Amino acid sequence: MRATGVRTKNRTKLIIHALLIVGAVLMMIPFVWMLLTSFKSLTESTHVPPVIIPKSFNFDNYSKAMVSLPFKTFYFNTVITTVAKTIGQLFFCSLAAYAFARLSFPGRNILFILCLSVLMVPGQVFIIPQYMIMKQLGWIDSLQALIVPGLFSVFGTFLLRQFFMTIPRELEEAAKLDGCHYIGIYWRVIIPLAKPGLVALAIFTILWSWNDLLWPIIVNTSMDKMPLSAGLAYLQGEHFTNFPVLMAGSILAVWPMILMFLFFQRYFIEGIALTGTKQ
Amino acid sequence: MMKRRLSPMKTQEWLWGYIFVAPLILGIAVFYMWPVIQTFYFSFTEWGAFNKYSWSGLKNYERLLQDKVLWGAFRNTLVFVVWSVPLTVIFSIIVAALLNQKVRGLTIYRTLYFLPVVTMPAAVSIVWKWLYNGDYGFINYILSFFHIQGPTWLSDPKFALYAVIVVAVWMAIGNNMIILLSGLQGISSSYYEAAELDGAGPFYKFFNITLPLLTPTIFFVMVMQLISAFQMFDLIFMMIGDKSIAIESAQTVVFIFYKYAFLDNAKGYASTIAIVLLVVILIITAIQMRLQKKWVHYE
Repeated sequence: MRATGVRTKNRTKLIIHALLIVGAVLMMIPFVWMLLTSFKSLTESTHVPPVIIPKSFNFDNYSKAMVSLPFKTFYFNTVITTVAKTIGQLFFCSLAAYAFARLSFPGRNILFILCLSVLMVPGQVFIIPQYMIMKQLGWIDSLQALIVPGLFSVFGTFLLRQFFMTIPRELEEAAKLDGCHYIGIYWRVIIPLAKPGLVALAIFTILWSWNDLLWPIIVNTSMDKMPLSAGLAYLQGEHFTNFPVLMAGSILAVWPMILMFLFFQRYFIEGIALTGTKQ
Repeated sequence: MMKRRLSPMKTQEWLWGYIFVAPLILGIAVFYMWPVIQTFYFSFTEWGAFNKYSWSGLKNYERLLQDKVLWGAFRNTLVFVVWSVPLTVIFSIIVAALLNQKVRGLTIYRTLYFLPVVTMPAAVSIVWKWLYNGDYGFINYILSFFHIQGPTWLSDPKFALYAVIVVAVWMAIGNNMIILLSGLQGISSSYYEAAELDGAGPFYKFFNITLPLLTPTIFFVMVMQLISAFQMFDLIFMMIGDKSIAIESAQTVVFIFYKYAFLDNAKGYASTIAIVLLVVILIITAIQMRLQKKWVHYE
């Protein structure tokens, strides 16, 4: 009796692993293909039947991608944009979230609901007026155009507010009795205690900013003001027949996010769980 | 009682409350709230050269009703939604349920399934484009083992949209899987223990305990997935593109919106499309909220 119980248990485990492995392979194929193709020669990439492992691993495609497009500039633009947006969102969203979660003032709930209603609106509804603002400011083809609208986020405010609500009020009261000012409470009590929430918001902002495509292709069309995502779109238009170069370009664009994910996996998972269940 | 005595402190609190929310509210008002009103206004205007526009009444809405290409795009979007959302949710539930067991290598699996979520859609599109290639593509190579001559997926009007749906599902599983997994971990093990005492098998437990208790999370995932599916743009733009012969049978509403607004400079008409899209999303979300009473179980 017992032996069969163990055996069926082992068999279930085996089936679970088999299913998970099949799924994992399907998830990985495009990445493996991307990496392998980036080392292939042009003839290998169009060979029938496909060459899976290139004969020799050469880095020519990477240098070709770097030379044919200003990848350094793309990196610079993407990093600056991402860092600025992340700092901006952490600052503006946490300040407002603290007030929404903890301070009472007339109109607080109306303002908060008004903000939340923005969450329901698809991004395309904002884009034309945002573009007009950029145009009027003379910011088309500038880094400000990529950064400024992304400094403020309703999602971020909502996320942090939910997080701040879970911090015990007693800690604040104690600080208040010690004569701490609201700025002091925000900076010395709330911010240090809300680190996981702040990290989650930072990760989301970094990821979305890095990967965003629609807004950059609208506002910035000149090469020296493009981020990586728009640069890749451009590279595809230019070199649509040279897939090894395109793959090398893609690898150059994606590795920082993949590396960040591998390092901060725990925070990614926690952040998503936070947004998904604490509604 | 306390309140009255603390009155000067109360005004202090008000003041700082306003100071703290002011920068965000200002930013949101300028870049998000006011633009909604403007887009609504633009939907009644016609645009000429140099971004000059004039009031045109309901003309854009009339045009929209007769715009067969746009209706086609709405149909494509609907096909996209109807396939991608259930497939994403079902696969995510399966993966989450499998990962909720005590299996070895959990972190590795989780990492592998999540990888597509963090990868730039523009880059993902380029690889998949090559995997789908009719002549040298890996997918047709695999099919050739089964003596199937695969089509030129992305430039074949019959297959293009479905090929993109596959990629969209592939990209979205990881994210939803994590949310569902945290939902699964919230289910108390006492339910399972009680069922085990009654001799329930794994399937009985899954369908009678896990699924019903997971419905609030499934509902959340579905609503979010639906909203984002209605806004599909990146994959269509990168994988199919304006010049393809398959574009008409694959272009989504947002792709058409982009084309009208920024390639044809018909920003008035594009605004009308954006407003209609907003209304559609609001209606669908409202219907979902209504329907949830029928199938979502809250503990």
